[in-house]
Amino acid sequence: MHEVGIMESALSAIRQQAEKHGATRVTRIVLRIGTLSGVDVDALRFAYEALAPYTIAAGAELEIESVAARARCAACGEEFGVGRGFVFECPKCREFSGDIRQGRELDLARLEFP
Amino acid sequence: MTNPAPSVSEAPAGFRINALTGAATNSARGLSAPLSAEITAALSASPTGEVSVHSVDVNIPLLEKNDILAERNRGYFLGRGLAALNLVSSPGAGKTTLLERTLDEFGLKTKCAVLVGDLETDNDGRRLSRPHAPVAQITTGTVCHLDASMIARAAQSINLDGVRVLFIENVGNLVCPASFDLGEQVRVVLLSTTEGEDKPLKYPPIFKSAQLVLLTKIDVADVLGFRRDVALENIRRIAPQAKIIQLSARSGEGLPEWYAYLNSLADKP
Repeated sequence: MHEVGIMESALSAIRQQAEKHGATRVTRIVLRIGTLSGVDVDALRFAYEALAPYTIAAGAELEIESVAARARCAACGEEFGVGRGFVFECPKCREFSGDIRQGRELDLARLEFP
Repeated sequence: MTNPAPSVSEAPAGFRINALTGAATNSARGLSAPLSAEITAALSASPTGEVSVHSVDVNIPLLEKNDILAERNRGYFLGRGLAALNLVSSPGAGKTTLLERTLDEFGLKTKCAVLVGDLETDNDGRRLSRPHAPVAQITTGTVCHLDASMIARAAQSINLDGVRVLFIENVGNLVCPASFDLGEQVRVVLLSTTEGEDKPLKYPPIFKSAQLVLLTKIDVADVLGFRRDVALENIRRIAPQAKIIQLSARSGEGLPEWYAYLNSLADKP
């Protein structure tokens, strides 16, 4: 339910960037969202559709790049990717890891202006 | 893949596309359909056969504002020599009850303060009110989590002189508080025996972010048929980084370990 607030801050950053680049419109917005960010992508798209029409981002295409989680094993040092789920078990030594190296991303990655 | 820089960075100026050859000087990425249409339209109107379009790598963390404020809070707390703990759980897991007893026992020897968040009412603020411990109630209205700016304001509203441990009781919610750094030193997630052993599997992000997990209401575990070993294994699988303390704020079981943990934080210079 905090996705609306996150989208509001995205739109405010987009407005600032557009001003900085002298653009009056935005054609594409790319967000980078990690699977551990705690943000629901569908809720984020919903928030975008509700909020964007009243902003400089009206009509822009929203692309969401998902970033898969990666963790490092404390026991053997192996860095490994994690597919579905949140149990980070080292494929080599079967230890569980809490050392997250990737997957918390919640970024405005890229913008395209005409 | 590395994390993006926290500041705004710009790619070298955008694409240039030649209308006659279609060659782009920076074609590392494809263009979106709306932008392609835009270019086609602009090209047909361009006398030189060239238009320039912009694709800018900005890499701005969406919670940048909160993250910056959280770092400011962290510095402020460190500067005052106090340990800040962010307590997160579902509603009713026993955050307030644990804090009441902690203030009455641990809080008599080590000065504590509490910032407590709820959507509405100051009931928890009144429950926690003690002459020896400053308390500030934060009412969030409809907001489902505390954020760093609420903490900054609330921390200014109370007298933190002599306080060694600051408890932040978050809004009862196992989802949204996971994304919001408050500037705490330790994130504490509470799981009560009335909630079932599989909560860590159902709400993994918050458990992943915990340094300490408190298994609460342990006095009624047997009555409820709560399988401690299963719960502990689930926590260990999701949050192997977290220390686990089993306790009951009613019977007092496990509280010495909790107080020892708090002492170890408060004793740090």
